[in-house]
Amino acid sequence: MAVLELGNISKHFGAIQAVNDVSLTLEAGQVVGLMGDNGAGKSTLVKMIAGNFLPSHGTMHMDGREIVLHRPVEARRHGIEIVHQDLALCNNLTAAANVFLGRELRRGVGPLSVLDYSTMYRRAGQLFAELKSETRPRDLIKQMSGGQRQAVAIARTMLSKARIVLMDEPTAAISVRQVAEVLNHIRHLRDQGIAIVLISHRMPDVFSVADRVIVLRRGRKVADKAIASTSPEEVTGLITGAIEAA
Amino acid sequence: MAITLDQTIAQRQHNWRSSLLAHQTFWVLLVIIAYSLFLYFTTNAFGTGANLYNITRNFTFTAIIALGMTLVIITGGIDLSVGSVLCLCSMVLAVTMHGDVTFGPYNWLTPLGLEGPYTVCEGGCSINTGIAAALATALLVGALNGIMIAYVGFPPFVVTLGMLSIARSLGMIASNNQTVFQFGPDHEKLLALGGGATFGISNPVFYTLVLAAIVGFVLRWSRFGRHVFAIGGNEHAATLTGIPVKPIKVAVYMICSFTAGIAAIVETGWLGAVTTNIGAGMELQVIAAAVIGGANLAGGSGTALGALVGAALIEIIRNSLGLLGINAFWQGSFIGAAILLAVLFDRLRNFRQSE
Repeated sequence: MAVLELGNISKHFGAIQAVNDVSLTLEAGQVVGLMGDNGAGKSTLVKMIAGNFLPSHGTMHMDGREIVLHRPVEARRHGIEIVHQDLALCNNLTAAANVFLGRELRRGVGPLSVLDYSTMYRRAGQLFAELKSETRPRDLIKQMSGGQRQAVAIARTMLSKARIVLMDEPTAAISVRQVAEVLNHIRHLRDQGIAIVLISHRMPDVFSVADRVIVLRRGRKVADKAIASTSPEEVTGLITGAIEAA
Repeated sequence: MAITLDQTIAQRQHNWRSSLLAHQTFWVLLVIIAYSLFLYFTTNAFGTGANLYNITRNFTFTAIIALGMTLVIITGGIDLSVGSVLCLCSMVLAVTMHGDVTFGPYNWLTPLGLEGPYTVCEGGCSINTGIAAALATALLVGALNGIMIAYVGFPPFVVTLGMLSIARSLGMIASNNQTVFQFGPDHEKLLALGGGATFGISNPVFYTLVLAAIVGFVLRWSRFGRHVFAIGGNEHAATLTGIPVKPIKVAVYMICSFTAGIAAIVETGWLGAVTTNIGAGMELQVIAAAVIGGANLAGGSGTALGALVGAALIEIIRNSLGLLGINAFWQGSFIGAAILLAVLFDRLRNFRQSE
């Protein structure tokens, strides 16, 4: 049974059709590379799965049951986690605070509960160590490099048992060593049975870690193939329109 | 010896000493201490019990509201209506405790079709009723501000600027533009509340310290406080992570107005009378106090201690001009300079850090 099934999903913003009649399935323990040129609708599609937008048309089924996501919190409750392209971090807070944003840990009882700083620092440190990132939980985001910020955004998705992890350009602004770590992390998540959607411009990354690739062009799905049965050249052709569909 | 990843992650950038020096509030506090020592040795009057009593009492009215304003500023907003809310709440307190909501020949209820005189409580309300009415008014104004800003989406500057005019005009209507100096049966209790002293320290100081402790605790130790900082840092990120941004914004503006209401009650008790220009211009003084104390108007940072420190510096400057024989009209120049210097200092430090 597919973890997530999108049926004829469309999204328009006024006159602009961002996503047009896209259907796809996500299986557990599979990495799907979502590729397409700028404006193809990749981010919009993923944001609908993450609960940021309601589809204008179409259905979403999770484990066979229909779900309607009005807010990001609802998606999180279903086990859908996302790493946004702009990372959605607060510069004025620490790395640990950002990891636990909206899900702060507290100790104490009822109205006497206070923020549990020590546990949040410790847990965030553990997550950064797992990602092999030199990020310090107590540091402020505004003093961090791109790679460290990326680690914070990814660590957020590791807080609870996720079923689906969506990553929007996670390797766009980080170092070579960090890219390898992110890809390893994606493999690690896949091995735990999590379905992953990876939006990326970088062909080598997608071909290194994905099991399937889906190509969008101008809001429509033009290809949905296993990685083994396609090539970087064919995918490039599909993205640019040189190849109509596959 | 190679450093392991775990050791790197466990490193702290600041120990408590460097943390302290990194904060604007600490430096302003140093200035206050230095200036106080200077005044102590160069003037006869500064160090006297009477003068210190006056200083500590006078700074409280600004400090109380600065605590609420700091919360609003942390979220990246601003509240220009606090001075007018103070006026309105003072009037509500006065009119309720006085008991007679009609003054003079013109009854402000007449346009509404009601015959006066209309008495809320026979002979005048108790102090508890008066305080409840004043604080309820403050919360109502705050809620209106917050709803227009958070749910309708108007800019905070515009909304609170409008409320500044509206609240003061309502205050003048409520009192029929007259001075109230008689507060009904609980007149003495009100005067003791605002003007009395316990253990030789004026009462408003205790209220201020308790309020500061509460606000400081909430900002640092509660989930609500953490969310307030998040909204100021990146409101979009806060929404995406499920933080209830709109209700929190409404709450923050209600708290700010609430502190204006508290200041209104305390100041009325101290003055023993309410005039229609009470609190005029207070909003700018409160914002100055918050900014000097370290709250960043762009949002994302501020502390309860900072609010107190900023208000204290402004009051000490005001007090010292008289003691040093300087023309009182220089006050504005010194306070303005203090704002610019405090913020300039902070910008210079951040500029060097980001190099």
